[in-house]
Amino acid sequence: MRVAVVRFPGSNCDLDALRAAARAGADAFFVWHRERDLGQADAVLLPGGFAYGDYLRAGAIARFSPVMAAVEEHARAGGPVLGICNGFQVLCEAGLLPGALMRNAGLRFVSRPVAVRVEMTDTPFTSAYSKSAIIKLPVAHGEGRYVAAPSVLQVLEDEERVVLRYVGTNPNGSARDIAGIVNRERNVVGIMPHPERVADPAVGPTPGAGVFTSVVQCVELLGGGTA
Amino acid sequence: MTRSRVEAFPGDPPITADLAREHGLNDEELRRIRAMLGRDPSLTELGVFSALWSEHCSYKHSKPVLALFPTTGRHVVQGPGENAGVLSLGDGWAVAFKIESHNHPSAVEPYQGAATGAGGILRDVFTMGARPVALLNSLRFGPLSDAHNRYLFAGVVRGIGDYGNCVGVPTVGGDVDFAPCYSGNPLVNAMCVGLLREDDLIRAAASGVGNVLIALGSRTGRDGIHGASFASEELTEASEERRPQVQVGDPFTEKLLLEASLELIASGHIVAIQDMGAAGITSSSAEMAARGGVGVEMDTALVPTREPGMSPYEILLSESQERMLVVALPDRVDEVQAIAAKWELEATAIGRVTDDGMFRVRHGGRVVAEIPGRQLLEACPVYTPEAREDPEIAVLRRQTPSTPDPEPEEALIGLLGAPPVASKRWVYQQYDSTVQAGTVTGPGGDAAVVLVPGTKRGIALATDCNARYVFLDPYEGGKAAVAEAARNVACTGARPIGITNCLNFGNPERAEVYFQFREACRGIGDACRVLETPVTGGNVSFYNESPTGAIYPTPVIGMVGLLEDVSRTVESHFAATGDVIILLGATHGHLGGSSYWAHVLEEVVGSPPPVDLAAERRLVYLLVALAEDELLTGAHDLADGGLGIALAEAAAGPPYAPAGFGAAIDLQPIGAGLGTQQLLFGEDQGRALVMTRPENAGAVLARAAQAEVPAAVLGHVTDSDGTLELVLPEHTVRLAVGRIRDVFFGAIAAVMETAVVEVGG
Repeated sequence: MRVAVVRFPGSNCDLDALRAAARAGADAFFVWHRERDLGQADAVLLPGGFAYGDYLRAGAIARFSPVMAAVEEHARAGGPVLGICNGFQVLCEAGLLPGALMRNAGLRFVSRPVAVRVEMTDTPFTSAYSKSAIIKLPVAHGEGRYVAAPSVLQVLEDEERVVLRYVGTNPNGSARDIAGIVNRERNVVGIMPHPERVADPAVGPTPGAGVFTSVVQCVELLGGGTA
Repeated sequence: MTRSRVEAFPGDPPITADLAREHGLNDEELRRIRAMLGRDPSLTELGVFSALWSEHCSYKHSKPVLALFPTTGRHVVQGPGENAGVLSLGDGWAVAFKIESHNHPSAVEPYQGAATGAGGILRDVFTMGARPVALLNSLRFGPLSDAHNRYLFAGVVRGIGDYGNCVGVPTVGGDVDFAPCYSGNPLVNAMCVGLLREDDLIRAAASGVGNVLIALGSRTGRDGIHGASFASEELTEASEERRPQVQVGDPFTEKLLLEASLELIASGHIVAIQDMGAAGITSSSAEMAARGGVGVEMDTALVPTREPGMSPYEILLSESQERMLVVALPDRVDEVQAIAAKWELEATAIGRVTDDGMFRVRHGGRVVAEIPGRQLLEACPVYTPEAREDPEIAVLRRQTPSTPDPEPEEALIGLLGAPPVASKRWVYQQYDSTVQAGTVTGPGGDAAVVLVPGTKRGIALATDCNARYVFLDPYEGGKAAVAEAARNVACTGARPIGITNCLNFGNPERAEVYFQFREACRGIGDACRVLETPVTGGNVSFYNESPTGAIYPTPVIGMVGLLEDVSRTVESHFAATGDVIILLGATHGHLGGSSYWAHVLEEVVGSPPPVDLAAERRLVYLLVALAEDELLTGAHDLADGGLGIALAEAAAGPPYAPAGFGAAIDLQPIGAGLGTQQLLFGEDQGRALVMTRPENAGAVLARAAQAEVPAAVLGHVTDSDGTLELVLPEHTVRLAVGRIRDVFFGAIAAVMETAVVEVGG
């Protein structure tokens, strides 16, 4: 089971994501943004950070990097893709997920733990959780306010594509407390919180580990993991 | 050695005593330069001397006093004199760390000043071969009732956040204080901590004649010219004009530079690397050459610049950010450039290491500077100014407040909501404190704890300085700063192993300031000897004066502790109903210099509490032993605001918990002969609260007795979201924990979010 962690210049949660995937049993490896193939990855992670500095708009430049063509192809073929934080922003910019992530409602960077409810467990990254489980994950972002046209939000709800939802505190003003969504085909997931930061038992509780065990199990169930 | 003919660059003015003074060089210093060179310096050379003989680079007023610090010990791998100090953590791991000021730039341009402060200290750490794993910040501002202070505060916090967040190094802690003396002269001290394998340590000593000097990273621009000299003068009304001397930070390039530098160090292609920090190419090349006992020759015409037509003077003195100077093996230049290209950075050969000991600069065919390298760094005069205490401070020490005491509840709530004491959640919520996934305990506790990856070990980190104490009594205040930092670290269960310090003072040429400096350093040195926490480096920041006067002397201590097993980390709050609350250390009710007097009665008077270093040491080692034996469910240092504030903070709980815990406390047993204010707000040193399960209380008391640390059971933890009840000899204080939380966590946000704040950047 091979997991590619895409590294853009400015990615800074790349190593955290790689370690979390490896801890879940994956053969995890980095793919540099200039590469055009994903090294036969079964699943792809787009980690957090500030790709290309994010000076224009989060994810706006990253979507044009060579590796993204390969990521899109992998996604179209039904391969699991997870974007965390900046990775979520890149997936929206690339059109692989609907909507956009705007400046936080408070106009300040927000770093804190938040409670989120796992709304959907039929995605490759949440299958190891029980439905409606409430888990505590850290957020750390300046542009995490999820917005989309009202019709798009309605479709997301009707098709049960909201994967994570903030409970109690909405740290950024996201529409409908959305913390994460999945595409219609249910293989591309974007989330703002950082499960990879709470996945190492040496550091503390591991409510985020399930994201990585989910994808390892899903790929193996589908007969992947030949490598 | 052969001397070249040094030529003036076209357009250079003649060298006069006035021009030298404009460069911060006095007549005696100019005389020495002329004697050294046997001629007038060129303008380029004058610029080089101006930078390297500035206080910031030369430590000309501080060297004899810094010699008071202990710098050796069993953990010390690298003491002062390198880009950062290094302590061994065992099993081949080591920690590299340093604190540095960026006060003057932040005073005129808070966002960029603070951002570039974070950037510079990161580079100091990763040039040692260490991966930065934590940032901390020690900040001082004037009162938030003033709009300009709010502007500075908001801008500094955003600048630190934007830089550290983007680079991907968690900001895990620090300290923030407010006092009128910092209006117009805020303090921005940034500390960076990195981890490395001891084998990978690289020192910034150029060696190997013929090795190639390479400029790596950003191009050189006209920003920050004379930053080091600017940092070595007082702030005045005219300082606003210095705004163009403040550099602009680019954290994205910093992140690339970090990765490229660590890859270069690991590759073996290079022998040395140093940040082009204060005084840019000049100081990095001259210092690396001096450490290696060699000379350097550079051609400024080869340095990639942001704009055409830059003179050698400008190129040598630019403080453009995100640049490194690398010394590479001559046959590995291509490999160095390939690694740089992978990280989308430029790497350009600009010179070489020579055997003649000269600091020589060409610009194309013309030699524009040629100075004996060792003398350039070592011939700067060293000053020991007169030191004399300001008699007015001796008067202040004998005074007591004339303001009547308010009711104890009102005083406790008032103090909890005073910005110097209130939670700094508004600040650290803007800092990514969990990136790198190694933060065991982030901001909001006594000290932060970060995991050493792949091990069970952790490092505990804290910054501290009660500047009011140092102002009133520099020697005791210096001791207290170290003792408080050590207690903070020990409360997590970590053993303090070393410090870095950032010594922020006024103009050392004034006898009263030099007295403060010498006495505070003497106190720090004495405390470090007793607590076995050697000084591994740091930074001196003088001339922190604005038209309204000097700042409080503020020697900030950055402490590192070693935790053998992070699973035994102790948090600083009440954790469970029924836990027994024990006070360690002796209570005498010392209110001199206290937060209560300063923030409630608004009088900064009295003698600060004396520090019994032997007692501090016993307390620190007891805290570590209790944590190692897993006898504690919480531990919290007593400092600002004394026992009342410590209990309220422990009751308030962690910053993002839904609720805290109440407690039933009886202070009568420790209160014999003490007044209500003395008991609640006295700031006797050497004290900490510890919490333990009821079945372990006996063991904790026995261990304390064995360690000769006074211990008293104060009460127990009651319900979640309950009431903090304190029974005093003449009063009973009752406060709902919900109210404590609202006041403590909400106070700074209430000021900052209601006021209109302009922020640059």
